[in-house]
Amino acid sequence: MKRKKFILCLLLALAMTVSMASTAAAQPAQKNIIMATTTSTQDSGLLDFLLPIFEKKTGYFVKTIAVGSGQAMTMGAKGEADVLLVHSPAAEKKFMADGNGVERRLVMHNDFIIVGPPNDPAKIKGMKRAAEGFKNFAGTASLFVSRGDNSGTHAKEKEIWTAAGIDPVGQKWYQETGLGMGQTLGMAAEKKTYTLADRGTYLALKKNMGLDILVEGDGILLNIYHVIEVNPKKWPKVNFTGAKAFGDFMISKETQDIIKTFGVDKYGSALFFPDAGKKEEALGK
Amino acid sequence: MDIILEGIRQAFILLVTFDSEVLGITWFSLKVSGTATLISLLIGMSIGTVVALTQFPGRRFVVSLINTGMALPPVVVGLFVTIFLWRNGPLGFLEILYTPTAMILAQAVIATPIVMGISLASMQQLPKKLRLQILALGATRLQMVRILIREARLPLLAAVMAGFGGVISEVGASIMVGGNIKGYTRVLTTATVMETSRGNFDIAIALGIILLFFAYLINLVLTTVQQRERPR
Repeated sequence: MKRKKFILCLLLALAMTVSMASTAAAQPAQKNIIMATTTSTQDSGLLDFLLPIFEKKTGYFVKTIAVGSGQAMTMGAKGEADVLLVHSPAAEKKFMADGNGVERRLVMHNDFIIVGPPNDPAKIKGMKRAAEGFKNFAGTASLFVSRGDNSGTHAKEKEIWTAAGIDPVGQKWYQETGLGMGQTLGMAAEKKTYTLADRGTYLALKKNMGLDILVEGDGILLNIYHVIEVNPKKWPKVNFTGAKAFGDFMISKETQDIIKTFGVDKYGSALFFPDAGKKEEALGK
Repeated sequence: MDIILEGIRQAFILLVTFDSEVLGITWFSLKVSGTATLISLLIGMSIGTVVALTQFPGRRFVVSLINTGMALPPVVVGLFVTIFLWRNGPLGFLEILYTPTAMILAQAVIATPIVMGISLASMQQLPKKLRLQILALGATRLQMVRILIREARLPLLAAVMAGFGGVISEVGASIMVGGNIKGYTRVLTTATVMETSRGNFDIAIALGIILLFFAYLINLVLTTVQQRERPR
């Protein structure tokens, strides 16, 4: 009798879990596209909006892997992703020069902003040059929270530090979180201090924070997204046809129109500006 | 504090309105973690039992390895499973990275040492003389093992609960090998991480509450079975 109950309990566990056979059945490999992208495109909700349209249109299934731009490009360089949607131009150029990508096409941009507490102890509000603001952080030893995760945002931040001629790593007023944009913003809000953020994520999270935009509009603060197909000559397993279809979709007029208005209803302004066909150098002019 | 109350309210609304996405994610979480637990039971219990009942050189070392395995960080398991499953990795031909199958695999790797360790401990705590007695009464070795498992069923159920609890609550491995793909590999924990980074703290809390609620239901069933059978 007791054993019966024990078996019954095991069966119950079995019934609870059911077989995974149906879900686990893999779709034909060429139907899957692995897209490595940045957390900012996922956290803004843009991809959730665009991907169903693409999938319905083409029949592909996109597996979005949202990581930092650095990791996304490492995945591409190892042939572990088919297509990249990233925002780290210097690293992208190196990626292309190394023969890892087929084509690098401009999709959209928004911008980075320096945010901080309204009382602004480092007195950077309204500065025209991001690098000047960064110099003030060092000068006044005001705490700055960095992503520190090799993401596109982190790469941009390092670029600004270089422009300011300061090496912040190891300084008392400089903390690296190793976290995503949302969490890093949250940390800056808690500590009532400064960080560099992309405008999209900031707008999406604004309601929960007491952080203001203090510096914006400097040319160096542009945040540019490109789509790159991974080179199938280097990695034969890459789904190039799918990657190409996705790249074409991102720069198509229909998609660009969606990008133009995405977020207006919710945040009062668009999160991204469509740029297909433009020259990278012409942006922000 | 407001945000927690709001989260509780959201959880309630999502549950009573049968929000299809949330229910889908919840059901999927239970399926993945349940299947992984089941696999870990098969492997963990059999190896745990064998190690508990036999003597061999280096046994102490093996036991210490199993016990260390109980502390395996899920994210490390996730990293190794990912590297093995990469297209150009040793198991790349399977093409299961970023699928539910990969998640089950990773979670089974996490749960197995937990189940194994507890099984081992619960089989070992049975009095040695019991074994001799069973054998003396003319039982075969296999019959003896079956009787011993029956005797140890209370702690063995604890192994089930610990294994299941370990994987339903983990996030590191699931997000790495599954990718948190909407409608495909998104589970309650990875969705919670995502909603947190999106700043939707109320929804994140709601998902957490739903996770706890279902974990409670399952443990309630298991505990009821376990406690009903308490030896007097």
